[in-house]
Amino acid sequence: MTGGVLGAMRAVFVRELLVFWRRSTEIMAGLVFFLIVTTLFPLAIGPERRELMLVAPGVLWVAALLATTLSLNHLFASDYQDGSLEQLLMSPYPLSAMVLAKIAAHWVLTGLPLALLSPLLAIQMALPTKAIGTLVGSLLMGTPTLTLIGAIPAALTLGVRGGGVLVSLLVLPLYTPVLIFGAEAVAASAGQGFASVAHLSLLGAFLALALSFAPWASSAALRVSLD
Amino acid sequence: MSDPLFAVHGLSCVRGDRTLFAGLSLTVDAGEAVHVRGPNGLGKTTLLRALCGLSRPIRGEIRWRGERISDLAEDFTAEVAYVGHLNGIQGELTAAENLRLASRVFTRAGHAGQGEDEALARVGLRAQADRPARHLSQGQKRRLALARLLVLRRPLWVLDEPFTALDVASVTSLSSLIGEHMATGGLALVVSHQAFDLPGIRDFELARYCRTRR
Repeated sequence: MTGGVLGAMRAVFVRELLVFWRRSTEIMAGLVFFLIVTTLFPLAIGPERRELMLVAPGVLWVAALLATTLSLNHLFASDYQDGSLEQLLMSPYPLSAMVLAKIAAHWVLTGLPLALLSPLLAIQMALPTKAIGTLVGSLLMGTPTLTLIGAIPAALTLGVRGGGVLVSLLVLPLYTPVLIFGAEAVAASAGQGFASVAHLSLLGAFLALALSFAPWASSAALRVSLD
Repeated sequence: MSDPLFAVHGLSCVRGDRTLFAGLSLTVDAGEAVHVRGPNGLGKTTLLRALCGLSRPIRGEIRWRGERISDLAEDFTAEVAYVGHLNGIQGELTAAENLRLASRVFTRAGHAGQGEDEALARVGLRAQADRPARHLSQGQKRRLALARLLVLRRPLWVLDEPFTALDVASVTSLSSLIGEHMATGGLALVVSHQAFDLPGIRDFELARYCRTRR
């Protein structure tokens, strides 16, 4: 029985990867946005290393957060339009498990590349090398949290005109704690504050919390949207 | 006498602030098919969505094998195949991939139906198996959606306008799918404005349960 759920989750995961991969322009949008923003900052602020270093953690994290928000619209929208989501509701397994698999696939193609690309952009932002590990670590824990939390408003606003703007408005207040601790962790290990371990553990706690309630909440939201 | 497999009692559905139908009762047993009839806007789609658990009726109960479908939850959806207005086909995947992944996502162990090749051949899409579904025509997409019924092998079929965009010959060949399903003890609820010939299908006039005609 449980093997069945895992098998179905894996199938959803594989299907999402295939679909997103073949629709690569959409998944690239977030990454390109992240790249552009972090490239523009050094140009706008000037090449002064000390100033750049000061804003680097914040800029990198804000850009990552906005890039994630940007890609949220693709999480359910096209499945909603072609009816696949309706079919997913008719799955013989708990919807929250299916939604979790979907979110995981979405993160692998949006959040994960972003975290992996961040060291390169960190150098551009003059972030001290010792903080790069923390940056990648905080993004690896933070971006899945962002995607998980964002899935709830993304599910709720399906079929609503101008849903994209609504998602951003709904999700940004929920994102602030993750942003604060994520940026703070990076700043700390760059030598501007307390030890980064505390911030990182809080990010881990946020991830655990989001993992436990977001799939359930967004599947409930999906049922409401598709009623 | 044993309980019918699928029983609806006193069902009422509301859309916005308008009551679509009230006090609807219907029973369907193994090997039976019901053709829900009525003009546009009467609530046929809403009825079908309520019957397969996608939307919640405001009153009434729907029982499957004697138990409420809201109590059965996934144990009920595991036995229903729904083909709605939307095909539920992902354009980025090929026809064969669509079916293969659907059967992995939607079938419980030991309940798999036909293989995707067999199902594609049955709906006349064998030649299109490896084409991305977005390149298929409307009618071919519809046939692919119907092929999913064969891959999933569920006892209760809920079909909302299954024959839209199909040519006359396909309507004949695919309506016999429902006949074959009935012959193996399956149940079917069909809404269709297109004429199709199926011996043994029972008509059900939805208008009888609508108090106000607009």
